[in-house]
Amino acid sequence: MFMEQLIEKYFRPGRLPHIWCPGCANGIITGALVKAIYRTGLDKDNIAVVSGIGCSSRASGYLDFNTVHSAHGRALPFATGIKLAAPQMTVIVITGDGDAAAIGGNHFIHAARRNIDLTVLLYNNNTYGMTGGQYSPLTPTNSKASTAPYGTVDRPFDLAALARGAGATFAARGSAFHAPMLVDLILSGIRHKGFSLVEAVASCPISYGRQNKLGDAPAMLKWQRDHAVPAAAYEKLNDEQKADKFPIGVLHQADAPEYTEEYAKIIARARKEGGH
Amino acid sequence: MSLKIIEARCKGCGICVAFCPKQVLGISEIEKVKILNASACITCRQCETRCPDFAIFITEPVPTP
Repeated sequence: MFMEQLIEKYFRPGRLPHIWCPGCANGIITGALVKAIYRTGLDKDNIAVVSGIGCSSRASGYLDFNTVHSAHGRALPFATGIKLAAPQMTVIVITGDGDAAAIGGNHFIHAARRNIDLTVLLYNNNTYGMTGGQYSPLTPTNSKASTAPYGTVDRPFDLAALARGAGATFAARGSAFHAPMLVDLILSGIRHKGFSLVEAVASCPISYGRQNKLGDAPAMLKWQRDHAVPAAAYEKLNDEQKADKFPIGVLHQADAPEYTEEYAKIIARARKEGGH
Repeated sequence: MSLKIIEARCKGCGICVAFCPKQVLGISEIEKVKILNASACITCRQCETRCPDFAIFITEPVPTP
């Protein structure tokens, strides 16, 4: 397979160039997603991609699957409905830090709690890029944003830990710089039976990067290279060493009953006991 | 020639230029990627892997994407 053909296969014809800003890492992450999907060997018609609202959520419009570009924060309810109606479908949710952790925060924890077999690919660019660079629940403390010109006071979520606490059975983090590893993580998330979160650390050089003087697009990717630490090595660091680093890799994996399978059992029981 | 550039997609962000280990690439006066030294390309795919705009490809098959 030639890489150009692989990209063309999964993108709707004529939709490139995309709308994302110069140097925005969203394209790298979307490329990683289609490479992972290629490796699953699944037919395009058996995959649904559901997104919310925001820069990252634009991806569903570029991709050639069964796609829904839904309402802000509500990708997971739409995806839950699709998965319950068609449990054989592989359902992937594309969302962002604001979409999933703020507006859709409640849907996020409850989808994780149910352990429904969805794969959430969360593009974390630390900001609301589309609406002008406001801070999100994943913006690091003290970062500048259009709504925090002197820096944010808020502490960010550790979304992988939140997902785990809520009941998700797979949580991983990758970065745009480590794109080949991100392909592996997304593939593992898709193959995992249950609720899977793959947080992809993105970079927004035009809004978040400028506001925080983080340099150009290559500089922001080099920051990821220099601050991401494999999860096993990260655990061995002391608190001071951990302060400006973040772990990447599979952060949590567990077995638990999957929602649509349990739901199918209830349907079967109701039919039997209800005499239908 | 193992590099293909789709200029219409390029936004001149410079990621490919920064990560090319052999200084094959540069940015033109119209802020698009341009090939400076094609013969130095070792097809490592650093450019292709991190191009956010699907604007640069290695024209050799990849066994495991």
